[in-house]
Amino acid sequence: MKVLLKAAVIATIMAIALPLAVFATGTGEKGGAAGGTAKYAIVFKNTGNPYGDRQMGGFKTGIEEQGFQAILRAPDQPTAEGQIQIIEQLISQKVAAICIVGNDKDALQPVLTKAKNAGIKVFSLDSGVNPASRLTHVNQADSEKIGTTLIEAAFDMAGGEGDIAILSATSQATNQNLWIDFMKKTLALPKYSKLNLVKVAYGDDLRDKSVSEAEGLLASFPDLKVIIAPTTVGIAAAGKVLTDKGLGGKVFLTGLGLPSEMATYIESGVCPYMFLWNPIDVGYLGAYVATGLVSGKIKGAVGEKFTAGKLGERSITQAPDGGTEVLLGPPFRFDAKNIADWKTVY
Amino acid sequence: MERAIRVDKGWSWRTFFLQWEWLLVLIFIAVNVVNSTLSPYYLTLDTFLSTPQTFLDMAFLVMPMTMVIILGMIDISVASTAALAAVIMAVCFHAGLPMPLAVVLNLAVATACGLVNGILITRFKELSSVIVTLATMIIYRGIAYVILTDQASGDFPKWYSSLGWGSVGKVPIILIAFAICAVVFGVLLHKTSFGRRIYAIGNNLTAARYSGVKTDAIIVTVFVLTGLMAGFTSLFLTSRMGSTRPNVAQGYELSVIAMVVLGGVSTSGGKGRIGGPLLAIFIIGFLNYGLGLVNIQAQSLLIIVGLLLILSVLVLNLRFRGRAQRSVPSAPKPVDSSEPTKRIP
Amino acid sequence: MKRAVSLSESFREIGLLAFIVILCAIFQLRNHNFLTLSNIRDLLTNTAILSILSVGMMMVILTRGIDLSVAATIALAGMVSALTVNSFRAISPVLSILEGMAIGTVAGALIGLLIARFNVLPIIATLGFMNIIRGLTYVVSKGAWVSAYQMSDGFKAIATGNVLGVSNPIIIAVAINLAFFYFINHMKTGRQIYAVGSNPEAADISGIPRRRIIFLVYVVQGALAGLGGVIWVAKFASAQSDTAMGFELSVIAATVLGGVSIAGGSGKVSGLILGTILFGILNNALPLINVSPFWQQAIQGLVILAAVLTNVLVKRNSQRFALRRRAI
Repeated sequence: MKVLLKAAVIATIMAIALPLAVFATGTGEKGGAAGGTAKYAIVFKNTGNPYGDRQMGGFKTGIEEQGFQAILRAPDQPTAEGQIQIIEQLISQKVAAICIVGNDKDALQPVLTKAKNAGIKVFSLDSGVNPASRLTHVNQADSEKIGTTLIEAAFDMAGGEGDIAILSATSQATNQNLWIDFMKKTLALPKYSKLNLVKVAYGDDLRDKSVSEAEGLLASFPDLKVIIAPTTVGIAAAGKVLTDKGLGGKVFLTGLGLPSEMATYIESGVCPYMFLWNPIDVGYLGAYVATGLVSGKIKGAVGEKFTAGKLGERSITQAPDGGTEVLLGPPFRFDAKNIADWKTVY
Repeated sequence: MERAIRVDKGWSWRTFFLQWEWLLVLIFIAVNVVNSTLSPYYLTLDTFLSTPQTFLDMAFLVMPMTMVIILGMIDISVASTAALAAVIMAVCFHAGLPMPLAVVLNLAVATACGLVNGILITRFKELSSVIVTLATMIIYRGIAYVILTDQASGDFPKWYSSLGWGSVGKVPIILIAFAICAVVFGVLLHKTSFGRRIYAIGNNLTAARYSGVKTDAIIVTVFVLTGLMAGFTSLFLTSRMGSTRPNVAQGYELSVIAMVVLGGVSTSGGKGRIGGPLLAIFIIGFLNYGLGLVNIQAQSLLIIVGLLLILSVLVLNLRFRGRAQRSVPSAPKPVDSSEPTKRIP
Repeated sequence: MKRAVSLSESFREIGLLAFIVILCAIFQLRNHNFLTLSNIRDLLTNTAILSILSVGMMMVILTRGIDLSVAATIALAGMVSALTVNSFRAISPVLSILEGMAIGTVAGALIGLLIARFNVLPIIATLGFMNIIRGLTYVVSKGAWVSAYQMSDGFKAIATGNVLGVSNPIIIAVAINLAFFYFINHMKTGRQIYAVGSNPEAADISGIPRRRIIFLVYVVQGALAGLGGVIWVAKFASAQSDTAMGFELSVIAATVLGGVSIAGGSGKVSGLILGTILFGILNNALPLINVSPFWQQAIQGLVILAAVLTNVLVKRNSQRFALRRRAI
């Protein structure tokens, strides 16, 4: 009897503790109770990612200043399976729109189609999904431009000729693979004929693996002049490796990185300059795309124009993968002159 | 005071209800109560019928994993097997193989992977199942990467997506398949001599062998079954995603093991029943879903599931406080006949 | 023959050692930069953290336990010490290390309590705690990172500094391995750990404080994980919530590779070190051997399988000449 009582007590404790835990650690719903206001959801790649948090924060700001409720979700592992589960939950909550930052270009198609059939407006942001899954895509910068800008930077740092290497994220990453394709296309141009891409290495966005791959590049290719790392984890890892080995000034680094992570390496000169964009603005733009789609102001077709709050007017253009996209703007350059201003922002 | 012979108290309401499975039922009810109070969207027929579609693909692995753990072993290569089978199926389909045959190929590949595990483990008895399946886990997924590199492969025929998304009437196909497998495994484990022998091996491998149980054959069979079920998981997961890549099903093995241990199966072998893990699947699945309906953050969910796991085990252990129960895992590890007398190194 | 027998009896993992030597030769052929001083230094520095953690894991596995929460402890300890350094730049690196170890110790103590006192199975306790600690890391950091510019130079020097050319992490790892070797082979409590894993009931009856030893083992494991966490964060000059995700599998693999039996009660430090080094070699050499990156994982798995099979086959051969055998 006593033991059965204990079991019942523990079950009751859990029944009380669970909702308490929910409210204590916070839910992804911000602003207002459930019910009247329309809900707009953004699903990022994974939790614990400050870049993603900034993006979702920008989205939330944009949604709330229009008077609606924002839901911010992300799986704890950067998998498509995790995002599928979240999208199912959002469909049950009958949200108005889903903004997805995809972990996989194709694997979300069935569940996003289900969302579309339920009347939810679906579009992607940052890391896109295939055109069949989305109405449109919010791109932080022109993918081709990112590719050409990075190669131009490498050209500049290498002094016109030499070996360069790319340190990427996972081999399956949508964004990186797209940019690398454009980088390779750019390298085929006659201007860059003296630049030699020796290897594309994958650091899997893991610190230790990125460090090993960076060290491997340096050991295998002693004439390496530039490392291009179009991923925030990769570029920070490469920066640390170059600093620890005292190669600043002999091997240069560029790519896409977070100002906070790269401040030390930009100031020391290991990375003369790098690029990124403001993730807060990307999310903010996404918020206006969401409301625009739901209100019917835009339908995701090429040529449509809309106003994105503080950011001003934007138009929908043709995307390289056959669908449509909205661009935030050109990639932003971080160097020793402006890094001090940006390192505390994100 | 330790008793040499445990007196059989016979059946009573008390012993019936003090089983782990009933605690799980309690927890399941508690989870549903909490979920309903948290969100108005929860308590619908649709929830109970269609939500399982989201987590049942993993569930096919829980049943053979129960057997593996009762054997006293473990298999962490299941997710990689699923990935490899899916990749090969997709590639062969696009090379011209008709889809039904590709599906069969998927199951064949997965079963073969399980067979390899079983053979390695029984041929090299010095190696624990941990290290063998760890190696094959890396190898199988590695092969998947070699085959498909950084591409995705999809575009399956329309009927294939109904595996993961379709229903017969209101009941999802995946739920039907799961139910059938659950019954089959339940019968296998609890009503056949095959199942009894699994328990025997789990309790004392050497004693089982010398009692005439064909331990090698049974171990290989269990791992082959695990491979086959990994194939099922692969089929349903690929259908849910409409495409596949080498990195699918990542992390599945740990979730499956969590469900099995939550279901009361002891990792020291020889104890546990199929009912527990089956309940655990739904507990974790619905907990996930219900809390997701109120948009709880992923990290909070992590903490909650962790607490759930520990608290439920604590309750079960409290149960045994009154009795004179050995507080160490079942039998001492048997001496392997291929090793000389075990001496402290 | 006799010499070969006694050699392999006194050094059980000779198969593994031979395998490593051959592997290094193969890698060196593929890339002449493999066996250079600078590369070996990188290899050892990168393996140092793995080595520190595998020492703790070996103790846990010896007692028939397992610890899946080490990676989460690394993350939490690393994050907390990084956050502290961010707020108090002047804090001494030694204090940071102690702080990390303290956090790890608390985590280990809680786990040890569950396992030793409340008889929770190690796999469940550590699986549950892995989730809880990882969740706590997110909560404590509020999802933010700590970046290089927020860490003091002294903190970063924990990992990058060196004494007489040998980097700090290597020194720490060597010191811990030596201390562990002495402890497990020459001190009473260390020997008792083997007893507890080999036959818990017999250990109990012999008066060995089984529960206390199991508790101790998880506490030490936690402390080592905390230490590993601080070194990790200092080495990469970045602390995130998903630090060391999946690392527990590498630690377990390195430990078991070295011949530590998962059934408890047997395993030698020499094997442990070899297993850890093999793992480190793989991580270091795979990027170097000029194969398509899509082949890396398959090669890694095949090498591990080949290593354990070689070890088993060599052991079997040597045992054919063993004097004492159970007449079965």
